[in-house]
Amino acid sequence: MHGFANPARFLRIARWLTPLCLLAGLVVTAVALGWGLFVAPAERLQGETVRIIYLHVPTAWLGMAGWMGIAGASFAEIVWRHPLAAIAARACAVPGAVFTAVCLITGSIWGRPAWGTWWVWDGRLTSMLVLLFLYLAWIALAQASRESGREQSIVPAIFGLLGAVNIPIIHYSVIWWQSQHQPPSITLGKSAIAGPFLAPLFAALVGFSLIFAGVVLARMRAILAEQQAEARLRRKGLEIA
Amino acid sequence: MREALDPWTFVTAAYLVGVGSTLAMVAWSWLAMRRAEKRRDAVRRR
Repeated sequence: MHGFANPARFLRIARWLTPLCLLAGLVVTAVALGWGLFVAPAERLQGETVRIIYLHVPTAWLGMAGWMGIAGASFAEIVWRHPLAAIAARACAVPGAVFTAVCLITGSIWGRPAWGTWWVWDGRLTSMLVLLFLYLAWIALAQASRESGREQSIVPAIFGLLGAVNIPIIHYSVIWWQSQHQPPSITLGKSAIAGPFLAPLFAALVGFSLIFAGVVLARMRAILAEQQAEARLRRKGLEIA
Repeated sequence: MREALDPWTFVTAAYLVGVGSTLAMVAWSWLAMRRAEKRRDAVRRR
């Protein structure tokens, strides 16, 4: 793990892994969503609207996984000072925020026919909305640190670690409080979802996860290239001076 | 009394939002990466 924190080694691997993750992710996601839309059956009570599950659940998981990525990278940044850790945290923030927003919007669209309302202020929905605000605040904080020339600041990393408190709150919100949202359908080792729904859901989760990984790698490469270009320009400026 | 809602309207809207956002994010990330790496290579050649 520590060996991959070397930027040159990371770039050697990321050069072929980025397009591979993105292409495989797009193909697997297209197959999974086609399967969910046209092959998987309608559900007995919810009817056709259950097909939103193939978008809503993977984006919810990846919204939470994105913040766990920020928290893990922040921990590595604070403890081991890995050169790539802060870059990895920055790279996780945008896809995490996008997937959290997609989860909230698709959930709201699903809520209208299923619950008769677009939104309720219950524990699950509210804690997920808080996660989106945490992402936006983290992105603004990281950007402000960069623009003020304090790229080595550990303030975003501390915020990333503290924000992880929200993840178990999201997970247990449907158990701790009365909620419109259903309790966890899939837990370690067992599932309350029948096979014909579970197979395309699993395929969608794999596909979206590959897309997430590909976007994180692409953003890490972009941030690294920007830093290398800026460092080179600074060195040249110093040489001329 | 329950409203008569067309479920496919909601399914289509959800898929448009989900697929559209994902594709836009993939395209933006890929183009931003290519642009940044081109700039770095140009700076190195100077």
